[in-house]
Formats: sequence, C-alpha cells, structure tokens
Amino acid sequence: MLRILHQIFRTGIVTEPLPSAVETEIEFIGHRLEDAIRKRFHRSLTIREVDAGSCNGCELEIHALNNPIYNCERFGIHFTASPRFADILLVTGPVSINMETALLRTYNAAPNPKLVIAVGECGYNGGIFGESYASLGGIGKIIPVDVYIHGCPPKPADILNGILKAIEGSEPIC
Amino acid sequence: MNNIISLFGNEARKDNSQYPATVTLYQIPKERFTEAAKSMKTSGARLVAEWAVDETPFGRGFGIYACYAKDSEYLILKTYTPLEDPTFPSLTKKFVPAYRFERQMRSLMGVVPLGHPDSRPWIKHEDWQEDVYPLRKSFDASKSISRVKGEYQWIKAEGEGVYEIPVGPVHAGIIEPGHFRFQAVGEDILNLEEKLGYVHKGIEKRFESISWKEGARLAGRVSGDSTVAHAIAYCMSIESMTGCNPTKRALWLRALMLERERIANHLGDIGAICNDVAFAFLLYQFSILKEKLLRTNYKLFGHRFMMDKIIPGGVAVDINSDAKNEILSEMDWLTNELERLVIIYDENSSLDDRLRDTGVLTTEKAKELSVVGFVARASGQGIDCRIQSPFSPYDHIIPKMTVLNSGDAHARVWVRIEEVRDSIRLIREILNSLPDGKITESLTPPSTDKSGFAVVEGWRGEIVYWIQSGLKGGINRCMVRDPSSVNWIALEEAIHGNIVPDFPLCNKSFNQSYSGHDL
Repeated sequence: MLRILHQIFRTGIVTEPLPSAVETEIEFIGHRLEDAIRKRFHRSLTIREVDAGSCNGCELEIHALNNPIYNCERFGIHFTASPRFADILLVTGPVSINMETALLRTYNAAPNPKLVIAVGECGYNGGIFGESYASLGGIGKIIPVDVYIHGCPPKPADILNGILKAIEGSEPIC
Repeated sequence: MNNIISLFGNEARKDNSQYPATVTLYQIPKERFTEAAKSMKTSGARLVAEWAVDETPFGRGFGIYACYAKDSEYLILKTYTPLEDPTFPSLTKKFVPAYRFERQMRSLMGVVPLGHPDSRPWIKHEDWQEDVYPLRKSFDASKSISRVKGEYQWIKAEGEGVYEIPVGPVHAGIIEPGHFRFQAVGEDILNLEEKLGYVHKGIEKRFESISWKEGARLAGRVSGDSTVAHAIAYCMSIESMTGCNPTKRALWLRALMLERERIANHLGDIGAICNDVAFAFLLYQFSILKEKLLRTNYKLFGHRFMMDKIIPGGVAVDINSDAKNEILSEMDWLTNELERLVIIYDENSSLDDRLRDTGVLTTEKAKELSVVGFVARASGQGIDCRIQSPFSPYDHIIPKMTVLNSGDAHARVWVRIEEVRDSIRLIREILNSLPDGKITESLTPPSTDKSGFAVVEGWRGEIVYWIQSGLKGGINRCMVRDPSSVNWIALEEAIHGNIVPDFPLCNKSFNQSYSGHDL
C-alpha cells in the first residue's frame, strides 16, 4: 500500500502541465469543450463508441482519451456501455457488411437528439478498404453523420477537437 | 519434416516458384493430403495455416495449401482440386486449427472440406447468399451482395437453471465487435461459443486489386495495433520473391520499430488486465508509459503507431544520432518506471487472488490447438519465430524467450512483463549496433506465378503471409494469418470452469485481434 501511495505522490497530476504544442491545443480545445458541454449538456457528455469495422487503430486513440494525460473525464466526457444513455455516437469504420445491422440498431437505440461523429479516414469514405462487397464505405452511407474527424488514425487531440465541432454546430439540447 | 516428403517418392513434386529457398513447397496428390497431415502430426509438427487459392488464371483449378512447422522449419504442402468438383479431404480430425481454417475456405472460396464436422459458415454470416464466394476470381468484389434470411445454429445447452447470455457484437467498452454466446448455470460458465467475422472488410480480396506498394499500407491496417509487424511480414514475402535485400540499416530499423510496437501494446495490455480486476491504479500508470512511447514514435518516426514506415525494399524513415540518444535515454527512464510498477503488481494480493488460476489454458490444450505468441509461451509452448526462424537482425541480436507453464491470466501478464524487459534490452542492442547505409533498396515487382512466404513475431505472436503473383504483374492471392486466427479458439477452452464475471478479464488476458482474424 505504501508503494502505491508513494507512486501516486511521485506521479502527481500528469494532466495539468501541458508543455508541448499538442498538449496546449488539448487544453484550448478542452476549455471550449467544457463551456459548450456545461451549456448544452449540464457538464455531462456521454459517448457510445461503435466499431463498425475498423482495424482497431482508431480504437487505440479513442482509448487514449481516457488516459491521465488527456483525461477526457475532466471535461465531463464519459464513455457509456449502453447506447440508451448516449448523447453522441463515436463511430469508426468502414462499415463492414456484417456490422451494418448492429450499427443501425445502436443508432436507433440511442435517444434523440443525438450526434454522430465518424472517426478516421475509413469512417469518412472507407479509406484503404474502399467500397466492396464487404466494406460498405464511410459511416455516412448508413447513418447521418454530423462531424468527420480525419486522420489514420486521428490523434487523440484531433478526436477531442472533433467532439467540440459536433456540439458547437448543434442546436442547444437542454 | 522432409523425411515425410521422401515417403511420397515421385508423387511429391517440389515447386520451384516458392520463395524463400528455406521454405519448401511440395505438390502432393489430393488423396494423400490427409495421410501427409497424419505423418506431420506424428512427427510433432503443428499446422500453421491452411488456405485455398483460385488458380484458374493459370489454368489449374483451386489450390489447397497447408503449412506446417516444426522447430525452425516451415513446409508447405499443396494439392489441386478442379473447378467442377471443388472438394478436398478435411484435416480437422488431425489438427484442431483446421476446424476454422476449413470453415473459412468453404465460406469464402467455396471449396468443400470432406469429412469436416461443421458445415456452418465462418466469417460469412447467415444473411449472405450461400453461393457467394468472394475469393473466387469469378466474383466481382465491387458489387454488393444481397441479403437473405438466415439463422445461425448455435450450440445449445438445456437443463434446469441453464440460461444463455448473448454478448455483442457491440460490446460495453471501446473494443472491436464480436459475438460471444455463453451457457451458464448461476455464475458458472458451461460453454462459450464465439462468432466472429463482424469486421470482415474483404482485405484478402482487396490485396488482389491494388499495387504491390499500396499492399504494404493495407497490410499495415489488417490489425491497427500490429501495423509494423504485418507490414514487415508483407514486405519480407515480396522481397523474398524478387531477390530484393534491404540494407542492414533498414532491417535494424524495422526491428527497432517492431520492438517499440511490442512494448507499447504489452504495456497497454498489462494495465488493462489489472483494470479488469478493479485495480485501476495500474491501468493509469501503465497508460502513461504507453502514451509517452507513442509520443516519442510520433516525434521520431512521424506516426504514433509507425504506420506506413515499413515499405517494400526498406523503411520510410531514418533516425539520426540525436534520435538514437533520445530512445536510449527513454529506455532508461522506462526501465526505472516499469520496475516500480512491477513490484506493485507483484506485491498486490488482490491481483494475485484474481489472476492466478483464472482462464487456464493447459499446456496440453495449447499444444493441441497450436496456439502462438505470448498465449503459447504462457502455456508451456516455446514458440517465437524471432528465435526459431530468425530474420535479420534477430540472427545477431538474440531475443530471450520466457516460457511459463501455469497458462493462467497471471502467466499471460508475466510473459508480457518479461518481454517488455527483453525488448528494452533488444532496442539498446539494436541502437548500439545500428549499421550505416541507406534505408531503401529498389524493388522490381515479382514476375508471374511466384509465391513468397514470411513469418514475423509480432507482439501477439507469429504472423504469416503467403503471396502469389498474378498474370498482369499484380497480386493473385495474399493469404494473411494473424496470430488471432489460431488463438481465438483457445479462449473458448480456457473459459471452462470460470465464472461469467471473469470473462472480460480472460478475454483481455488473451487480447486477440478481431480485425486480424476477420480480415
């Protein structure tokens, strides 16, 4: 136990000091994100992530949002297990033929109003997988998309930025 | 294994279009295909992969291929089956891994394994038309396929108090999609059946319509977490077909990236496994370490996962002496941080309590299922192709293999810890002996009807590529075998005797790729 406490004190808060350019951008995005969320979502933004056929690259970067360095929870961003609680669907693609139904069902299970953010080049247009019998292409082919986040995969800071764009562009929800 | 070939006398014909020379390919008669498998089994070889190739452009019907490995040797046996009678004898009764390989061959190529115990489709879902065979040359991949009504026949369990839990394809966390069907009594799991294929993107078919160069990018996206390892395997198999020898510097840099990929993924996994037993402290600690490594990757290689940095003929990015020193000091920092956390892991009795004896894959089962990678090494199987069939620089810089016998979740964590330690050592050695020279060699595309084979030990285990060049200078077939293709089924075995709430933990301790399996 003492070792754990010692390690906690040694680590300190890794989120706050933001020396490099990338991290400064996160803070900047973060403040705007925080304001927008406070206004529209009472400081709580709940995201359901859906992998509709990705290579898992985008998932790794979405995961990173939860690490202590990006610490997206400080902005009230929380990932939920159930689409029933979701304000936003964060979808990675391309939409595979075998995920089309599951994606539609997840979309329909999320309450209105909801936003859809498509993550990565594949979520935009199928990326390197293109459109074929198995890859149906971008997320927009199956469900309405509010924001596309480019990159292969987009960096965590870019994903936070995309979330901001999504809620800025929408009508006030509450 | 070559002794077995001698049993076939004149009936085994060596194929001289197979590269590299160390991996031989023999054609044997179809009726002796299972006999060969039986002899392989007796000799102690494992089935690495089994796949079908539409060779009608060469006027040959369907090729059925089986790759075996024993110690440091890889051997491929093939046989042909005509277009009008696309059948072949099943190897499933000899080798368990053939069970899913053959279901997949039947589903996607339409070649029927005679004597296979399970005729349900695999990868192809029940709402596809049955006569759709995407890997056949006659199939137009650009056309969409129409859906039909169909129902998957699950294995059922009946009895008082028996109930079923369907999980997925959309899971609770931020992970890839797949379906798990449990039959349970109370909290005890009676049976687990996996259904995968949800992220099937037609990768193998896609390879056939893109350039050799573009193929390296696609290989780097078979499984995003293993982008370096897949791209190396792809490039190595083309390079073997064309006689292209990347410079030593390029090979050393590839290994540098491969070991960095291994460290980053292992660190992430160790933390995530601890989190699944409610010890979030180590998740956050390990994810800080992982994030710092990814940032260094971005700074020095231009991409957090080093995607597209491995190209046919070499690597796309070089490092200077400042970068070298930065990585060396990063490794010092990492060692210091890691060892502090390892002590905490080791001393924590709640982790001990939950991870030991959970999700046990016995050494016998591991051998029977021919699993690979850290899953194999945690269950007594000393398989690491960096050691057994080393590609440069691993013939100079020898990795250390950690093999444990308990086969539980703890063993899979501990093998990862030891491998992170060893990868740190390897990176230091790679950098301290980094040869001078250019980083790319020119590569002329392979001529028609040749095939190249390569194995690479990614962080998950042995990745296999077999590529055949086509008539018009392109790819006729690219067979990808991710470690997950053989390891997934081991999870079904390891879960027996466990409770439902421990499933996420068991699954995480295996952490197999859905995308790499589904292709």
